[in-house]
Amino acid sequence: MHTSPTPTTHWRERIADLLRDRGILVAFALMMIILGLTVDRFATSENILAVIRQVSILGTIALGVTFVVIGGNLDLSVGSMLSLATVLVVDLHDKIGPGPAIAVTLVVTLFAGAVNGTLVGFLRLNSLIVTLGMLSVLQGATLLYSGGKNVDIANQSDTWFSIFGRGRLISAGGIDINVPVVLFLGLAVLMGILLHRTSFGRKVFAVGGNRVASTFAGLRASRIVFSTYLLSAFSVFVGAVILGSRVMGSQNTVGQTWELQVLAGIILGGTSLLGGSGSIFKTVIGILIFGFINNALLLLGFPFYAQWLVTWIVIILVVWLDVASKRGKLWAA
Amino acid sequence: MSQATPTIPKAEASNRGLRAALRSFLAQPIWIFLLAEILFFSLMPGSRDTFLSTGNLLNVLLQSTFIGVIALGMTYVMINGEIDLSVGAMMALAASLSVGLQSELGLIPAALVGLASGVALGFFNGVVTFKTGVDSFIVTLGAMLGIRGLVFVYTQQDSFYSMDFAYSDFGLSRIAGIPTLALIFLALAIILHFVLTSTRHGRNAYAVGGNRDAALNAGVRTGRHVLINFALLGGLAALSGILLSTQMGASTPTMGNVYELWVITAVVLGGTKLTGGYGSIVGTVGGVLAIQILRNGMNLLQVQAYWVQVIIGAMLIAVLLLDQRSSASGDEVRA
Repeated sequence: MHTSPTPTTHWRERIADLLRDRGILVAFALMMIILGLTVDRFATSENILAVIRQVSILGTIALGVTFVVIGGNLDLSVGSMLSLATVLVVDLHDKIGPGPAIAVTLVVTLFAGAVNGTLVGFLRLNSLIVTLGMLSVLQGATLLYSGGKNVDIANQSDTWFSIFGRGRLISAGGIDINVPVVLFLGLAVLMGILLHRTSFGRKVFAVGGNRVASTFAGLRASRIVFSTYLLSAFSVFVGAVILGSRVMGSQNTVGQTWELQVLAGIILGGTSLLGGSGSIFKTVIGILIFGFINNALLLLGFPFYAQWLVTWIVIILVVWLDVASKRGKLWAA
Repeated sequence: MSQATPTIPKAEASNRGLRAALRSFLAQPIWIFLLAEILFFSLMPGSRDTFLSTGNLLNVLLQSTFIGVIALGMTYVMINGEIDLSVGAMMALAASLSVGLQSELGLIPAALVGLASGVALGFFNGVVTFKTGVDSFIVTLGAMLGIRGLVFVYTQQDSFYSMDFAYSDFGLSRIAGIPTLALIFLALAIILHFVLTSTRHGRNAYAVGGNRDAALNAGVRTGRHVLINFALLGGLAALSGILLSTQMGASTPTMGNVYELWVITAVVLGGTKLTGGYGSIVGTVGGVLAIQILRNGMNLLQVQAYWVQVIIGAMLIAVLLLDQRSSASGDEVRA
């Protein structure tokens, strides 16, 4: 060590820097260690894989919504879109076969995303209101399609469609790696590369940071925003296929309030709702925090709604720390 | 606290006020839509016999009360440029407390506890938003989940039934033939319209929403102002839950689920801007009525209720499009 004039501030600054850059990771690691030491049956590979499987659908959707949020917008329609896509893929499965059912669902979901993208990207309407409107439209469309009845797949044991939600890739030594987990983490890697390693990803950050400036810099902001909504819709499609395949049936309102849970996970990970910052990695961590807190509370014998109370506190604290560190002051006023 | 310029003669002033009211009335596309709705349903063969009957119109007004009471408060908060997603959960908590505590405390104290829970939680939302600087969307998103958790903790997932018939009698009562609950909604709408248009608090609401720093520099205590509006909204959400429980004679832990979305929809339909600084109670009442008349009319026509959701969603986007066209400014960069 060289002679540093103020060694104490030095390491303090370094810790502060570490917390600022990797704060959520440090928090996640701490949380896992504490839960692992204090909660029985928490730190077993079965339990950890089970939690990842439980959050895989929520997480998959959150990956796409992350693009929208970094681009400076919101997508509140993903919950209704999930309802529509799941009902479609399940209902059409018996009518036209699994392959065509998946194809039709993909087309319909992307179309819904394109409508969002056109209204927010090209017509530059407020994304919160547009996607709130689409939430209502898509939920209504789902109910109109099904006539309000639940749908299901008649012959559940005799279809390759079951692989997406129920399949196992590796089953050795008591450890099962399930297909939903692989789909979620695989898509996370792909989306991560797209966001952090391509020029498209950089443009999403630029548009979300300052749309006007990015336009002056020659970016086609409208197209980029449009694309983020397509990605969001695509991730809903993947989530719907996993969900439909796992349950082999669907209620009409299966995705209700999912849009807000997805946002909660994204926010927990530290992606700012203001746009221009965030990462796929943070979203995955945020969703995992969501899942592991829930799991630990259930293992400790708390009822399921205890997680809502914990989420309330955690979400405000996480964002507060983030805002405060940027501001350099704990209190805003 | 009206500060009319003294040079204007009284008659002219009131005339001008009337004209201004009329203008603000017509400036809202929602009222044109509302008129179209009324025309449509009073002409359609399936609904024309019953739609315009006093009984049916009073029914629409009664059904408007529950979303409407909350929407009044949401208008204030949204004019401030803030939002509250936790109103549905606050409804359920207040209703559960009001019904659940009445055997121990009596009807009115229990209702007051329910009301106080809403004011306190609204106040809490406001304090957190103001003190931490975290966006109110995030603060109240957390609160939406957390308060619903509180409801489940308190009720243990049970519905409560009011054993005292006076409670549900109130919910079904009428004054001069008009449902009491609807009268409460109308009275609150008039009071809150007056506060917004002719008091200092109302003027400050627009100032704070339009430009918070400028308002602060002009001497408005912005923090306190926003806090009051969040507490007001919490209180109104609680009141709405209590009123709904008097009508049902019961409370359920899932009461008010997705109400926040309906309320925000009604307020935006009424022309209030999410970005703050713009909006009116008159418009909000129009937005609430538009939703309920659509529900009612479609029901009379025996159209599947699901269409209502599709139409309302489309309307929401249409209002935004109209609004953008009328206020598009040339200096904006089109990408």
